[in-house]
Amino acid sequence: MKILVCITNVPDTTAKITFAESDTKLNKTGIQFIIGPYDDYALARAVELKEQNGGTVTVLNVGEAEGEPQIRKALAIGADDAIRVNAEPTDSYFVASQIAHIAQQNNYDLILMGRESIDFNSGVVHGLVGEMLGIPSFSPVMKLDIEGSTAKFAREIDGGKEYMEAPLPLVFGCQEPIADWKIPNMRGIMTARTKPLQVVEPVAVDDMAINEKYTQPAAKGECKMIPVEDVEKLVTLLRTEAKVL
Amino acid sequence: MSVLVFVEIDNGSIKKSSQEAITYGAEVARMTNATATVLALGAADESALAQAGNFGATKVLHASDSKLTQENNMAYADVLAQAALQEGSSVIVMAKTGLGDAVAARAAAKLKASVISGVTSLPDLNGGFKVTRSIYTGKAFASVDIRSEIKILAIRKNAIEVTESGNTATVEPFYPTLKDASFTAKVTDVEKSNAELSLSEADIIVSGGRGMKGPENWQPLIDLAKALGAATGCSKPVSDLDWRPHHEHIGQTGIKVAPNLYIACGISGAIQHLAGVNGSKCIVVINKDPEAPFFKAADYGIVGDVFEVLPRLTKAIENSK
Repeated sequence: MKILVCITNVPDTTAKITFAESDTKLNKTGIQFIIGPYDDYALARAVELKEQNGGTVTVLNVGEAEGEPQIRKALAIGADDAIRVNAEPTDSYFVASQIAHIAQQNNYDLILMGRESIDFNSGVVHGLVGEMLGIPSFSPVMKLDIEGSTAKFAREIDGGKEYMEAPLPLVFGCQEPIADWKIPNMRGIMTARTKPLQVVEPVAVDDMAINEKYTQPAAKGECKMIPVEDVEKLVTLLRTEAKVL
Repeated sequence: MSVLVFVEIDNGSIKKSSQEAITYGAEVARMTNATATVLALGAADESALAQAGNFGATKVLHASDSKLTQENNMAYADVLAQAALQEGSSVIVMAKTGLGDAVAARAAAKLKASVISGVTSLPDLNGGFKVTRSIYTGKAFASVDIRSEIKILAIRKNAIEVTESGNTATVEPFYPTLKDASFTAKVTDVEKSNAELSLSEADIIVSGGRGMKGPENWQPLIDLAKALGAATGCSKPVSDLDWRPHHEHIGQTGIKVAPNLYIACGISGAIQHLAGVNGSKCIVVINKDPEAPFFKAADYGIVGDVFEVLPRLTKAIENSK
Protein backbone atom coordinates (compact mmCIF):
# COMPACT_ATOMS: atom_id res chain seq x y z
CA MET A 1 0.00 0.00 0.00
CA LYS A 2 1.28 3.44 -0.93
CA ILE A 3 0.45 6.26 1.47
CA LEU A 4 1.09 9.95 0.89
CA VAL A 5 1.09 12.23 3.95
CA CYS A 6 0.96 15.97 3.31
CA ILE A 7 2.44 18.10 6.07
CA THR A 8 2.44 21.83 6.73
CA ASN A 9 5.23 23.78 8.39
CA VAL A 10 3.50 26.17 10.82
CA PRO A 11 4.17 28.31 13.90
CA ASP A 12 3.84 26.47 17.20
CA THR A 13 0.35 26.66 18.74
CA THR A 14 1.61 28.89 21.56
CA ALA A 15 3.35 31.35 19.18
CA LYS A 16 2.49 35.02 19.43
CA ILE A 17 1.56 36.10 15.91
CA THR A 18 2.87 39.46 14.66
CA PHE A 19 3.57 40.77 11.18
CA ALA A 20 6.45 42.43 9.35
CA GLU A 21 7.11 44.29 6.08
CA SER A 22 4.14 46.65 6.46
CA ASP A 23 1.91 43.81 7.68
CA THR A 24 2.36 41.78 4.50
CA LYS A 25 4.44 38.93 5.97
CA LEU A 26 4.47 36.87 9.15
CA ASN A 27 7.16 38.05 11.56
CA LYS A 28 9.13 34.81 11.95
CA THR A 29 11.55 36.18 14.56
CA GLY A 30 11.53 34.01 17.65
CA ILE A 31 8.86 31.67 16.30
CA GLN A 32 9.36 27.95 16.51
CA PHE A 33 8.00 26.05 13.52
CA ILE A 34 6.42 22.63 13.85
CA ILE A 35 4.70 19.98 11.74
CA GLY A 36 1.00 20.98 11.77
CA PRO A 37 -0.54 19.22 14.82
CA TYR A 38 -3.32 17.65 12.73
CA ASP A 39 -0.78 16.58 10.07
CA ASP A 40 1.23 14.96 12.87
CA TYR A 41 -1.78 12.78 13.73
CA ALA A 42 -2.12 11.84 10.05
CA LEU A 43 1.57 10.92 9.88
CA ALA A 44 1.39 8.83 13.05
CA ARG A 45 -1.57 6.83 11.69
CA ALA A 46 0.14 6.39 8.30
CA VAL A 47 3.21 4.89 10.00
CA GLU A 48 0.98 2.54 12.03
CA LEU A 49 -0.93 1.46 8.89
CA LYS A 50 2.37 0.72 7.15
CA GLU A 51 3.50 -1.38 10.11
CA GLN A 52 0.23 -3.36 9.96
CA ASN A 53 -0.23 -3.71 6.21
CA GLY A 54 3.21 -3.16 4.67
CA GLY A 55 3.88 -0.58 1.99
CA THR A 56 5.46 2.83 1.95
CA VAL A 57 4.83 6.25 3.45
CA THR A 58 5.90 9.31 1.47
CA VAL A 59 5.84 12.75 3.06
CA LEU A 60 4.99 15.78 0.94
CA ASN A 61 5.47 19.40 1.89
CA VAL A 62 4.71 22.40 -0.29
CA GLY A 63 7.09 24.96 1.13
CA GLU A 64 10.46 26.59 1.12
CA ALA A 65 13.80 25.09 2.22
CA GLU A 66 13.40 26.45 5.76
CA GLY A 67 10.83 23.69 6.41
CA GLU A 68 13.28 20.84 5.83
CA PRO A 69 13.93 20.19 9.56
CA GLN A 70 10.22 19.37 9.89
CA ILE A 71 10.40 17.06 6.85
CA ARG A 72 13.44 15.28 8.37
CA LYS A 73 11.47 14.89 11.59
CA ALA A 74 8.66 13.21 9.64
CA LEU A 75 11.23 10.84 8.14
CA ALA A 76 12.59 10.16 11.63
CA ILE A 77 9.06 9.33 12.81
CA GLY A 78 8.89 6.61 10.17
CA ALA A 79 8.15 7.91 6.67
CA ASP A 80 10.28 6.26 3.96
CA ASP A 81 10.94 9.18 1.67
CA ALA A 82 9.94 12.79 1.15
CA ILE A 83 9.12 15.27 -1.58
CA ARG A 84 9.31 19.02 -1.12
CA VAL A 85 7.63 21.20 -3.72
CA ASN A 86 9.87 24.24 -3.65
CA ALA A 87 7.38 27.10 -3.39
CA GLU A 88 5.78 29.46 -0.94
CA PRO A 89 2.36 27.94 -0.14
CA THR A 90 0.33 31.00 -1.18
CA ASP A 91 -3.25 29.71 -1.12
CA SER A 92 -5.26 26.50 -0.80
CA TYR A 93 -5.84 26.12 -4.54
CA PHE A 94 -2.12 26.45 -5.26
CA VAL A 95 -1.13 23.91 -2.59
CA ALA A 96 -3.85 21.45 -3.64
CA SER A 97 -2.76 21.72 -7.28
CA GLN A 98 0.81 20.79 -6.31
CA ILE A 99 -0.36 17.82 -4.22
CA ALA A 100 -2.68 16.61 -6.99
CA HIS A 101 0.13 16.89 -9.54
CA ILE A 102 2.47 14.71 -7.42
CA ALA A 103 -0.34 12.25 -6.69
CA GLN A 104 -1.21 11.84 -10.38
CA GLN A 105 2.31 10.53 -11.05
CA ASN A 106 2.37 8.05 -8.17
CA ASN A 107 -1.00 6.29 -7.67
CA TYR A 108 -1.26 6.46 -3.89
CA ASP A 109 -3.89 4.30 -2.19
CA LEU A 110 -4.30 6.80 0.63
CA ILE A 111 -3.62 10.51 0.86
CA LEU A 112 -3.65 11.74 4.44
CA MET A 113 -3.27 15.24 5.86
CA GLY A 114 -4.52 17.24 8.82
CA ARG A 115 -8.12 18.45 8.89
CA GLU A 116 -6.75 21.98 8.46
CA SER A 117 -3.48 23.86 8.70
CA ILE A 118 -3.23 25.88 11.89
CA ASP A 119 -2.00 28.99 10.09
CA PHE A 120 -4.78 29.57 7.57
CA ASN A 121 -7.39 27.18 9.03
CA SER A 122 -9.19 26.73 5.72
CA GLY A 123 -9.77 23.00 5.93
CA VAL A 124 -10.30 22.82 2.16
CA VAL A 125 -7.10 21.27 0.75
CA HIS A 126 -8.29 17.65 1.20
CA GLY A 127 -11.52 18.43 -0.63
CA LEU A 128 -9.72 20.25 -3.44
CA VAL A 129 -7.22 17.39 -3.85
CA GLY A 130 -10.02 14.80 -3.81
CA GLU A 131 -11.92 16.62 -6.52
CA MET A 132 -8.81 17.28 -8.63
CA LEU A 133 -8.08 13.52 -8.52
CA GLY A 134 -11.73 12.50 -8.89
CA ILE A 135 -11.78 10.48 -5.64
CA PRO A 136 -13.79 10.90 -2.42
CA SER A 137 -12.47 12.96 0.49
CA PHE A 138 -13.55 12.86 4.14
CA SER A 139 -12.77 15.09 7.10
CA PRO A 140 -12.36 15.26 10.05
CA VAL A 141 -11.50 11.58 10.38
CA MET A 142 -10.73 10.32 13.90
CA LYS A 143 -10.41 6.57 13.29
CA LEU A 144 -9.04 4.77 10.24
CA ASP A 145 -8.42 1.11 9.44
CA ILE A 146 -7.67 -0.60 6.15
CA GLU A 147 -9.05 -4.03 5.24
CA GLY A 148 -7.82 -5.15 1.82
CA SER A 149 -8.86 -2.41 -0.55
CA THR A 150 -11.50 -0.92 1.77
CA ALA A 151 -11.09 1.86 4.32
CA LYS A 152 -13.20 1.66 7.48
CA PHE A 153 -13.27 4.98 9.25
CA ALA A 154 -15.13 7.32 11.59
CA ARG A 155 -15.55 11.01 11.09
CA GLU A 156 -16.80 13.65 13.43
CA ILE A 157 -20.15 15.21 12.55
CA ASP A 158 -22.14 17.89 14.38
CA GLY A 159 -22.56 16.44 17.88
CA GLY A 160 -21.39 12.93 17.12
CA LYS A 161 -19.61 10.39 14.95
CA GLU A 162 -20.38 8.67 11.66
CA TYR A 163 -18.82 5.27 10.86
CA MET A 164 -18.20 4.70 7.17
CA GLU A 165 -16.67 2.34 4.61
CA ALA A 166 -15.35 3.19 1.18
CA PRO A 167 -13.09 1.63 -1.45
CA LEU A 168 -9.56 3.03 -1.92
CA PRO A 169 -8.12 5.35 -3.17
CA LEU A 170 -9.28 8.05 -0.75
CA VAL A 171 -8.24 11.39 0.70
CA PHE A 172 -8.60 12.02 4.44
CA GLY A 173 -8.32 15.11 6.64
CA CYS A 174 -7.32 13.73 10.05
CA GLN A 175 -7.63 14.76 13.67
CA GLU A 176 -7.15 13.21 17.09
CA PRO A 177 -7.61 10.54 18.34
CA ILE A 178 -6.78 8.79 15.04
CA ALA A 179 -3.36 7.90 16.53
CA ASP A 180 -1.00 9.08 19.24
CA TRP A 181 1.69 11.50 18.18
CA LYS A 182 5.01 9.74 17.69
CA ILE A 183 8.30 11.08 18.99
CA PRO A 184 11.30 10.13 16.85
CA ASN A 185 13.81 7.79 18.50
CA MET A 186 17.58 7.97 18.06
CA ARG A 187 17.64 5.26 15.38
CA GLY A 188 14.90 7.10 13.48
CA ILE A 189 16.82 10.36 13.66
CA MET A 190 20.01 8.67 12.37
CA THR A 191 18.30 6.91 9.45
CA ALA A 192 16.29 10.02 8.54
CA ARG A 193 19.49 11.77 7.53
CA THR A 194 20.05 9.40 4.62
CA LYS A 195 16.44 8.86 3.54
CA PRO A 196 15.67 10.40 0.13
CA LEU A 197 14.27 13.94 0.11
CA GLN A 198 13.46 14.99 -3.42
CA VAL A 199 13.01 18.69 -4.21
CA VAL A 200 10.78 19.47 -7.19
CA GLU A 201 9.69 22.75 -8.71
CA PRO A 202 5.98 23.69 -8.60
CA VAL A 203 3.57 23.46 -11.53
CA ALA A 204 2.18 26.82 -12.66
CA VAL A 205 -1.20 27.79 -11.17
CA ASP A 206 -3.10 31.03 -11.87
CA ASP A 207 -3.21 33.50 -8.98
CA MET A 208 -6.64 32.98 -7.47
CA ALA A 209 -6.43 35.03 -4.29
CA ILE A 210 -3.73 37.22 -2.83
CA ASN A 211 -3.31 37.92 0.89
CA GLU A 212 -2.72 41.66 0.71
CA LYS A 213 -2.43 42.62 4.32
CA TYR A 214 -2.60 41.10 7.78
CA THR A 215 -4.10 42.66 10.88
CA GLN A 216 -4.37 41.70 14.52
CA PRO A 217 -7.66 41.67 16.38
CA ALA A 218 -8.58 44.87 18.20
CA ALA A 219 -7.37 44.83 21.79
CA LYS A 220 -9.97 43.51 24.18
CA GLY A 221 -11.44 46.09 26.57
CA GLU A 222 -11.00 45.75 30.30
CA CYS A 223 -12.72 42.76 31.92
CA LYS A 224 -15.51 43.96 34.19
CA MET A 225 -15.17 42.12 37.50
CA ILE A 226 -18.34 41.32 39.39
CA PRO A 227 -18.01 40.61 43.11
CA VAL A 228 -19.11 37.09 43.91
CA GLU A 229 -21.89 38.34 46.21
CA ASP A 230 -23.44 40.20 43.23
CA VAL A 231 -23.67 37.22 40.86
CA GLU A 232 -27.27 38.16 40.04
CA LYS A 233 -26.08 41.50 38.66
CA LEU A 234 -24.31 39.66 35.85
CA VAL A 235 -27.66 38.61 34.38
CA THR A 236 -28.76 42.26 34.22
CA LEU A 237 -25.47 43.32 32.61
CA LEU A 238 -25.65 40.55 30.01
CA ARG A 239 -29.17 41.64 29.15
CA THR A 240 -28.91 45.44 29.17
CA GLU A 241 -25.23 46.22 28.57
CA ALA A 242 -23.81 43.35 26.49
CA LYS A 243 -27.27 42.63 24.99
CA VAL A 244 -26.53 38.93 24.52
CA LEU A 245 -29.47 37.50 26.44
CA MET B 1 -26.53 37.13 -12.56
CA SER B 2 -27.16 35.70 -9.16
CA VAL B 3 -25.35 35.06 -5.93
CA LEU B 4 -25.82 31.39 -5.08
CA VAL B 5 -26.12 30.35 -1.43
CA PHE B 6 -25.70 26.71 -0.37
CA VAL B 7 -27.75 26.01 2.76
CA GLU B 8 -27.95 23.20 5.30
CA ILE B 9 -31.26 21.97 6.64
CA ASP B 10 -31.65 20.54 10.13
CA ASN B 11 -34.89 19.13 11.50
CA GLY B 12 -36.80 20.64 8.59
CA SER B 13 -35.61 24.22 8.98
CA ILE B 14 -32.70 26.29 7.67
CA LYS B 15 -29.77 26.16 10.13
CA LYS B 16 -28.86 29.40 11.89
CA SER B 17 -25.41 29.45 10.26
CA SER B 18 -27.08 29.06 6.86
CA GLN B 19 -29.49 31.90 7.66
CA GLU B 20 -26.39 34.06 8.16
CA ALA B 21 -25.01 32.83 4.82
CA ILE B 22 -28.27 33.81 3.07
CA THR B 23 -28.17 37.27 4.71
CA TYR B 24 -24.56 37.63 3.52
CA GLY B 25 -25.39 36.45 -0.01
CA ALA B 26 -28.39 38.79 -0.24
CA GLU B 27 -26.21 41.71 0.84
CA VAL B 28 -23.57 40.87 -1.81
CA ALA B 29 -26.41 40.60 -4.35
CA ARG B 30 -27.65 44.05 -3.38
CA MET B 31 -24.12 45.47 -3.73
CA THR B 32 -23.69 43.96 -7.20
CA ASN B 33 -27.24 44.49 -8.54
CA ALA B 34 -27.90 40.78 -8.60
CA THR B 35 -30.36 38.49 -6.85
CA ALA B 36 -29.69 35.82 -4.25
CA THR B 37 -30.66 32.23 -5.07
CA VAL B 38 -30.58 29.47 -2.47
CA LEU B 39 -29.69 25.85 -3.20
CA ALA B 40 -31.18 23.30 -0.80
CA LEU B 41 -30.57 19.56 -1.07
CA GLY B 42 -32.41 16.53 0.22
CA ALA B 43 -35.72 16.31 2.05
CA ALA B 44 -37.24 19.61 3.16
CA ASP B 45 -40.71 21.20 3.27
CA GLU B 46 -41.44 23.83 0.67
CA SER B 47 -42.71 26.17 3.40
CA ALA B 48 -39.43 25.86 5.33
CA LEU B 49 -37.43 26.58 2.19
CA ALA B 50 -39.61 29.58 1.27
CA GLN B 51 -38.36 31.05 4.57
CA ALA B 52 -35.08 31.76 2.72
CA GLY B 53 -36.94 34.85 1.44
CA ASN B 54 -37.14 36.13 4.98
CA PHE B 55 -33.33 36.44 4.96
CA GLY B 56 -33.18 38.08 1.52
CA ALA B 57 -33.21 35.33 -1.11
CA THR B 58 -35.64 35.65 -4.05
CA LYS B 59 -35.54 32.06 -5.26
CA VAL B 60 -34.81 28.60 -3.89
CA LEU B 61 -33.62 25.70 -6.04
CA HIS B 62 -34.58 22.47 -4.33
CA ALA B 63 -32.90 19.22 -5.39
CA SER B 64 -35.01 16.69 -3.51
CA ASP B 65 -33.61 13.47 -5.04
CA SER B 66 -33.66 10.91 -2.22
CA LYS B 67 -30.00 10.07 -2.99
CA LEU B 68 -29.19 13.52 -1.59
CA THR B 69 -30.80 12.91 1.82
CA GLN B 70 -27.51 11.58 3.17
CA GLU B 71 -24.78 14.21 3.57
CA ASN B 72 -22.32 13.67 0.70
CA ASN B 73 -19.75 16.33 -0.14
CA MET B 74 -18.93 14.83 -3.55
CA ALA B 75 -22.52 14.75 -4.79
CA TYR B 76 -23.42 18.07 -3.13
CA ALA B 77 -20.49 19.85 -4.78
CA ASP B 78 -21.51 18.37 -8.11
CA VAL B 79 -25.07 19.69 -7.71
CA LEU B 80 -23.78 23.08 -6.52
CA ALA B 81 -21.52 23.42 -9.58
CA GLN B 82 -24.43 22.54 -11.88
CA ALA B 83 -26.67 25.11 -10.17
CA ALA B 84 -23.93 27.76 -10.39
CA LEU B 85 -23.57 27.19 -14.12
CA GLN B 86 -27.35 27.29 -14.69
CA GLU B 87 -27.70 30.52 -12.68
CA GLY B 88 -24.52 32.12 -14.02
CA SER B 89 -23.34 32.68 -10.44
CA SER B 90 -19.94 34.28 -9.95
CA VAL B 91 -20.25 34.45 -6.16
CA ILE B 92 -21.14 31.34 -4.14
CA VAL B 93 -21.71 31.63 -0.40
CA MET B 94 -22.11 29.10 2.40
CA ALA B 95 -21.61 28.83 6.14
CA LYS B 96 -18.18 27.68 7.35
CA THR B 97 -19.06 24.25 8.73
CA GLY B 98 -17.49 20.83 8.21
CA LEU B 99 -19.88 20.17 5.33
CA GLY B 100 -19.66 23.76 4.02
CA ASP B 101 -15.87 23.64 3.74
CA ALA B 102 -15.90 20.26 2.01
CA VAL B 103 -18.57 21.28 -0.51
CA ALA B 104 -16.87 24.65 -1.09
CA ALA B 105 -13.53 22.93 -1.76
CA ARG B 106 -14.84 20.35 -4.20
CA ALA B 107 -17.03 22.87 -6.04
CA ALA B 108 -14.02 25.21 -6.30
CA ALA B 109 -11.95 22.51 -8.01
CA LYS B 110 -14.84 21.83 -10.44
CA LEU B 111 -15.42 25.49 -11.28
CA LYS B 112 -11.75 26.60 -11.13
CA ALA B 113 -12.87 29.04 -8.48
CA SER B 114 -11.01 30.41 -5.50
CA VAL B 115 -12.28 29.23 -2.14
CA ILE B 116 -11.94 31.54 0.85
CA SER B 117 -12.87 29.97 4.17
CA GLY B 118 -13.51 31.82 7.44
CA VAL B 119 -14.74 35.07 5.86
CA THR B 120 -15.61 37.71 8.47
CA SER B 121 -16.56 40.76 6.37
CA LEU B 122 -18.71 41.78 3.42
CA PRO B 123 -16.66 42.34 0.26
CA ASP B 124 -14.99 45.65 -0.49
CA LEU B 125 -15.74 46.20 -4.17
CA ASN B 126 -13.55 49.27 -4.65
CA GLY B 127 -11.12 48.13 -7.33
CA GLY B 128 -11.70 44.42 -7.03
CA PHE B 129 -13.31 41.98 -4.64
CA LYS B 130 -11.66 41.97 -1.22
CA VAL B 131 -12.79 40.23 1.94
CA THR B 132 -11.37 39.81 5.42
CA ARG B 133 -10.91 36.33 6.80
CA SER B 134 -9.89 34.90 10.14
CA ILE B 135 -6.45 33.20 10.24
CA TYR B 136 -4.08 31.73 12.85
CA THR B 137 -7.13 30.37 14.66
CA GLY B 138 -8.52 33.84 15.30
CA LYS B 139 -5.17 35.37 16.35
CA ALA B 140 -5.14 37.50 13.17
CA PHE B 141 -7.04 38.52 10.04
CA ALA B 142 -6.03 38.63 6.39
CA SER B 143 -7.37 40.97 3.76
CA VAL B 144 -7.71 38.85 0.63
CA ASP B 145 -7.87 40.19 -2.90
CA ILE B 146 -9.81 37.56 -4.86
CA ARG B 147 -8.78 37.44 -8.51
CA SER B 148 -10.63 34.44 -9.91
CA GLU B 149 -13.84 34.94 -11.89
CA ILE B 150 -15.87 32.63 -9.65
CA LYS B 151 -15.48 33.18 -5.92
CA ILE B 152 -16.59 30.74 -3.23
CA LEU B 153 -16.88 32.15 0.29
CA ALA B 154 -17.40 30.15 3.49
CA ILE B 155 -18.66 32.61 6.11
CA ARG B 156 -17.60 32.36 9.73
CA LYS B 157 -20.37 32.15 12.31
CA ASN B 158 -21.47 35.52 13.69
CA ALA B 159 -19.71 37.42 10.85
CA ILE B 160 -23.04 38.97 9.91
CA GLU B 161 -26.24 39.67 11.80
CA VAL B 162 -29.28 37.87 10.35
CA THR B 163 -31.82 40.33 8.99
CA GLU B 164 -35.45 39.36 8.49
CA SER B 165 -37.73 40.99 5.93
CA GLY B 166 -40.86 38.86 6.31
CA ASN B 167 -40.74 37.97 2.58
CA THR B 168 -40.93 34.47 1.20
CA ALA B 169 -38.94 33.05 -1.72
CA THR B 170 -40.30 31.06 -4.64
CA VAL B 171 -39.26 27.42 -4.54
CA GLU B 172 -38.37 25.65 -7.80
CA PRO B 173 -37.44 22.00 -8.20
CA PHE B 174 -33.89 21.39 -9.44
CA TYR B 175 -32.95 18.20 -11.27
CA PRO B 176 -29.18 17.72 -11.29
CA THR B 177 -27.33 14.89 -13.03
CA LEU B 178 -25.89 12.63 -10.34
CA LYS B 179 -22.88 10.37 -10.89
CA ASP B 180 -22.58 6.86 -9.41
CA ALA B 181 -18.95 7.65 -8.55
CA SER B 182 -20.19 10.04 -5.86
CA PHE B 183 -21.91 7.25 -3.95
CA THR B 184 -19.18 4.67 -3.31
CA ALA B 185 -18.96 5.31 0.45
CA LYS B 186 -21.55 3.89 2.80
CA VAL B 187 -22.44 4.84 6.35
CA THR B 188 -22.40 1.79 8.61
CA ASP B 189 -23.30 3.40 11.94
CA VAL B 190 -24.03 6.80 13.48
CA GLU B 191 -23.45 7.87 17.09
CA LYS B 192 -25.22 11.10 17.84
CA SER B 193 -25.47 12.83 21.16
CA ASN B 194 -29.01 13.55 22.24
CA ALA B 195 -28.18 17.20 22.86
CA GLU B 196 -30.76 19.35 21.15
CA LEU B 197 -28.27 22.05 20.28
CA SER B 198 -24.99 21.57 18.45
CA LEU B 199 -22.00 23.61 19.61
CA SER B 200 -21.31 25.11 16.22
CA GLU B 201 -24.87 26.39 15.89
CA ALA B 202 -25.45 27.54 19.47
CA ASP B 203 -25.85 31.23 20.33
CA ILE B 204 -24.88 30.60 23.95
CA ILE B 205 -22.31 28.08 25.21
CA VAL B 206 -21.56 27.10 28.79
CA SER B 207 -18.22 25.35 29.00
CA GLY B 208 -16.35 23.59 31.79
CA GLY B 209 -12.69 22.94 32.57
CA ARG B 210 -10.65 21.04 35.13
CA GLY B 211 -12.01 23.37 37.80
CA MET B 212 -15.22 21.31 37.63
CA LYS B 213 -13.16 18.64 39.43
CA GLY B 214 -14.80 15.57 37.86
CA PRO B 215 -17.48 14.34 35.46
CA GLU B 216 -19.91 13.76 38.35
CA ASN B 217 -19.98 17.52 39.03
CA TRP B 218 -21.35 18.61 35.67
CA GLN B 219 -25.00 18.98 36.71
CA PRO B 220 -24.84 22.66 37.84
CA LEU B 221 -23.25 23.54 34.51
CA ILE B 222 -25.90 21.60 32.58
CA ASP B 223 -28.63 23.30 34.63
CA LEU B 224 -27.29 26.73 33.73
CA ALA B 225 -27.07 25.72 30.06
CA LYS B 226 -30.70 24.56 30.19
CA ALA B 227 -31.86 27.81 31.77
CA LEU B 228 -30.08 29.76 29.03
CA GLY B 229 -31.01 27.47 26.13
CA ALA B 230 -27.28 26.96 25.68
CA ALA B 231 -25.08 24.14 24.41
CA THR B 232 -22.38 22.65 26.65
CA GLY B 233 -18.68 22.48 25.84
CA CYS B 234 -15.42 21.68 27.59
CA SER B 235 -11.68 22.28 27.53
CA LYS B 236 -9.11 19.86 26.11
CA PRO B 237 -7.95 18.37 29.45
CA VAL B 238 -11.59 17.55 30.23
CA SER B 239 -12.11 15.63 26.98
CA ASP B 240 -8.64 14.02 27.29
CA LEU B 241 -9.64 12.75 30.75
CA ASP B 242 -12.90 11.44 29.24
CA TRP B 243 -14.98 13.53 31.62
CA ARG B 244 -16.91 14.77 28.58
CA PRO B 245 -17.13 13.42 24.98
CA HIS B 246 -14.59 14.53 22.37
CA HIS B 247 -17.16 16.41 20.26
CA GLU B 248 -17.56 18.89 23.16
CA HIS B 249 -13.87 19.83 23.11
CA ILE B 250 -13.49 23.52 22.24
CA GLY B 251 -10.08 24.91 21.32
CA GLN B 252 -7.30 25.04 18.79
CA THR B 253 -7.42 21.32 18.10
CA GLY B 254 -11.12 20.94 18.81
CA ILE B 255 -14.21 22.84 17.71
CA LYS B 256 -13.88 26.56 17.10
CA VAL B 257 -16.98 28.39 18.23
CA ALA B 258 -18.26 31.92 17.85
CA PRO B 259 -21.40 32.27 19.97
CA ASN B 260 -22.95 35.50 21.22
CA LEU B 261 -22.19 34.47 24.78
CA TYR B 262 -19.50 32.10 26.03
CA ILE B 263 -19.47 31.25 29.74
CA ALA B 264 -16.27 29.53 30.90
CA CYS B 265 -16.50 27.70 34.22
CA GLY B 266 -13.26 26.60 35.88
CA ILE B 267 -11.21 27.00 32.68
CA SER B 268 -7.87 28.73 33.20
CA GLY B 269 -7.67 29.95 29.59
CA ALA B 270 -4.62 28.38 27.93
CA ILE B 271 -3.79 30.04 24.61
CA GLN B 272 -4.99 26.91 22.76
CA HIS B 273 -8.41 27.18 24.39
CA LEU B 274 -8.66 30.93 23.73
CA ALA B 275 -7.95 30.23 20.05
CA GLY B 276 -11.18 28.25 19.88
CA VAL B 277 -13.40 30.91 21.44
CA ASN B 278 -11.98 34.25 20.36
CA GLY B 279 -14.76 34.74 17.81
CA SER B 280 -17.31 34.98 20.66
CA LYS B 281 -19.13 38.29 21.07
CA CYS B 282 -19.16 38.26 24.86
CA ILE B 283 -17.08 36.09 27.21
CA VAL B 284 -17.86 35.49 30.88
CA VAL B 285 -15.22 33.79 33.01
CA ILE B 286 -15.93 32.17 36.37
CA ASN B 287 -12.81 30.97 38.15
CA LYS B 288 -11.66 30.83 41.73
CA ASP B 289 -8.11 31.84 40.74
CA PRO B 290 -7.99 35.63 40.21
CA GLU B 291 -4.76 35.15 38.24
CA ALA B 292 -6.36 32.83 35.63
CA PRO B 293 -5.22 34.15 32.21
CA PHE B 294 -8.77 33.78 30.85
CA PHE B 295 -9.83 36.97 32.70
CA LYS B 296 -7.59 38.96 30.32
CA ALA B 297 -9.69 37.76 27.38
CA ALA B 298 -13.05 38.14 29.14
CA ASP B 299 -15.72 40.84 29.12
CA TYR B 300 -17.11 39.91 32.54
CA GLY B 301 -15.38 38.01 35.29
CA ILE B 302 -16.37 36.48 38.61
CA VAL B 303 -13.70 35.27 41.01
CA GLY B 304 -15.44 32.55 42.95
CA ASP B 305 -16.22 28.88 43.41
CA VAL B 306 -18.09 27.54 40.36
CA PHE B 307 -20.19 25.28 42.58
CA GLU B 308 -21.51 28.31 44.42
CA VAL B 309 -21.76 30.68 41.47
CA LEU B 310 -23.42 28.39 38.91
CA PRO B 311 -26.59 27.52 40.91
CA ARG B 312 -27.07 31.18 41.84
CA LEU B 313 -26.65 32.24 38.24
CA THR B 314 -29.14 29.60 37.11
CA LYS B 315 -31.64 30.81 39.67
CA ALA B 316 -31.15 34.46 38.65
CA ILE B 317 -31.74 33.56 34.98
CA GLU B 318 -34.90 31.63 35.84
CA ASN B 319 -36.20 34.44 38.07
CA SER B 320 -35.64 37.03 35.37
CA LYS B 321 -37.60 35.18 32.66
